[in-house]
Amino acid sequence: MDLALVVLIQVLYAIASLALVSVGLAIIFGMMGVINFAHGEFLMMGGYAFVLSVGAGVNFWIAMLVIAPVTVGVIGIIIERLIIRHLYGRIMETVLATWGLSLFLIGLAATVLGYHQKGVAPPLGKVVIGTYREGGYTFFVIGITIVLLLMVYAGLKYTKFGLIARGTMQNADMSSALGASVNKIYAVTFGVGAALSGLAGAILAPIAGVLPDIGVTYVIKAFITVIGGGAVALSGTVAAAILFGAVNQTVTFLSRPVVGEVALLVVAIVLLRLLPNGITGKYFRKSL
Amino acid sequence: MKISLETAGLLAMAAIGVVLIFVLPAVAEVFLLFDLTVFIVMSILALSLALVWGFGGILCFGQSAFFGLGAYTYAVAVINFGESTIPIVLAILLPVILAIVLGYFMFWGRVSDVYLAVITLAVSLIFYYLVGASAGSDYKIGKALLGGYNGMPSVPPINVPGYPKSEIVYGDLYILAASVLMLVYFALRWFLASDFGHVVVSIRENESRAALLGYDTRIYKLTVFAIGGGIAGIAGTLFTAWGAYVSPTVFSMVFTAQIIIWVLVGGLGTLLGAIVGCMLIQFATTWLGETKLADINLILGAVFVLLVLFIPKGIVPMFRDLLGPLIRGRTSAEPRSDNN
Repeated sequence: MDLALVVLIQVLYAIASLALVSVGLAIIFGMMGVINFAHGEFLMMGGYAFVLSVGAGVNFWIAMLVIAPVTVGVIGIIIERLIIRHLYGRIMETVLATWGLSLFLIGLAATVLGYHQKGVAPPLGKVVIGTYREGGYTFFVIGITIVLLLMVYAGLKYTKFGLIARGTMQNADMSSALGASVNKIYAVTFGVGAALSGLAGAILAPIAGVLPDIGVTYVIKAFITVIGGGAVALSGTVAAAILFGAVNQTVTFLSRPVVGEVALLVVAIVLLRLLPNGITGKYFRKSL
Repeated sequence: MKISLETAGLLAMAAIGVVLIFVLPAVAEVFLLFDLTVFIVMSILALSLALVWGFGGILCFGQSAFFGLGAYTYAVAVINFGESTIPIVLAILLPVILAIVLGYFMFWGRVSDVYLAVITLAVSLIFYYLVGASAGSDYKIGKALLGGYNGMPSVPPINVPGYPKSEIVYGDLYILAASVLMLVYFALRWFLASDFGHVVVSIRENESRAALLGYDTRIYKLTVFAIGGGIAGIAGTLFTAWGAYVSPTVFSMVFTAQIIIWVLVGGLGTLLGAIVGCMLIQFATTWLGETKLADINLILGAVFVLLVLFIPKGIVPMFRDLLGPLIRGRTSAEPRSDNN
């Protein structure tokens, strides 16, 4: 019974961390059609912003929940203004540009900060479940992911900016004709996606640590999750994260981590064969 | 007889190729040839993606799967057989079979675009994880230990067919690799100029129109995909033979992304661009690595971003646009004959 509970918590954690690393990419891909290969580096920068400011004596939670997303959000807006805005509608060129950006940011981090694993010990102690112990931080990650997803949903559904942003994504010319500033909306959307990625990087930093090239491990999973989800950004990503996370963690528990990773990839392949436009190509098409 | 501009270009390239293949080994240091050989091997790999993606319109993010499968097949087979002829055949055949199976799976399921990219990437990563987990003495095929992330060392080189003692190494391997590159390049030029090749390109331009004209687009895409897989397998074979070593990094995300970058930098939709892009980037990487001027990633990353912003079509199309009018302007001033 205790074991079942622990496994359940770990499955939830796997789903949450998958959704967490993907949500920023999902917003940028789903809303703007931009495949951001520098996504992993946004997470990396969030992790560094958090770890360095904790090292400088800033409060743990302020560093994580305020400094990391704001820093990466601002960097994201600058990148959008300098590079991405020249490339809208040209998917392959954005891939190359953001891949270059990714290499550049890895190189920059390695030059400035060096190749040393940096980290902060996760707080919140341990929770005892029968004979097992689970880090309290695990529960925090699950909880904050749910809160974040709800916030993104509410932001898109109930705020004026969300409404205008959704309209712009459907038909940019039309919303421009109705007086919305398309450039500004793209910039802000990209910034929000970047900020969410920075926050995700900071949240995962106490568990995974930070290295200049840690983004590569994140970006693969985020990319597969978001594309597996399909064109409808938020619900697609959540659905794909639930499927992939559950499969990954269950198989990992039954066998070993490598087999879990392989199972995730196999499920992704079969999923895309059965639903060639991702999960939301067939289900939840009317959602966000 | 009047020679068209295109034929003249092909002849010039063939002449330059022959000179590079046979004259360079006589004058250059062995060390330089050794370095050049791997650049050439990677150019063959770049050509395979240039075909599949640039002409077939198949956005394959996992070309490294075929390369790596070829590399590992050669290593395993040559360690077992001790002679390289059958291993080379196998190292081409298995990637072709993988491409056919995967292509059947994708094209008959109408998977395309970025979704296809994810499937091919996932296949490559599955190889990465599985081969990486093959450490220890339990994982062996015949006499060959797979070795997990440490890879397989001491793989025997290619030999002259039937003569296991006459090994093809260093300068000779350079000649072999460069000849293969030239052969693949001209074979692809011929393939794309054929009727079959024209249909392939028309499918890239507009798949539904080609289908409505009565072509079974799936067969054409599958064929191109299989040819690309086989060429990548050849490159993988040469790569293992060159370094006498293969490790799971050939399946990694970083490696597979590199292939895409070579093709994009040189110019998508050209064959020459793949070679040019691959050579340039590899020279730059090696040079930066030796001189340690700055972090390799930092410089390459900045270059890619600037390239996309200022030369979005790639290097070869840029030169073609710049030089084309000059050359063509001269030829069109000559009297035209109708039957050239």
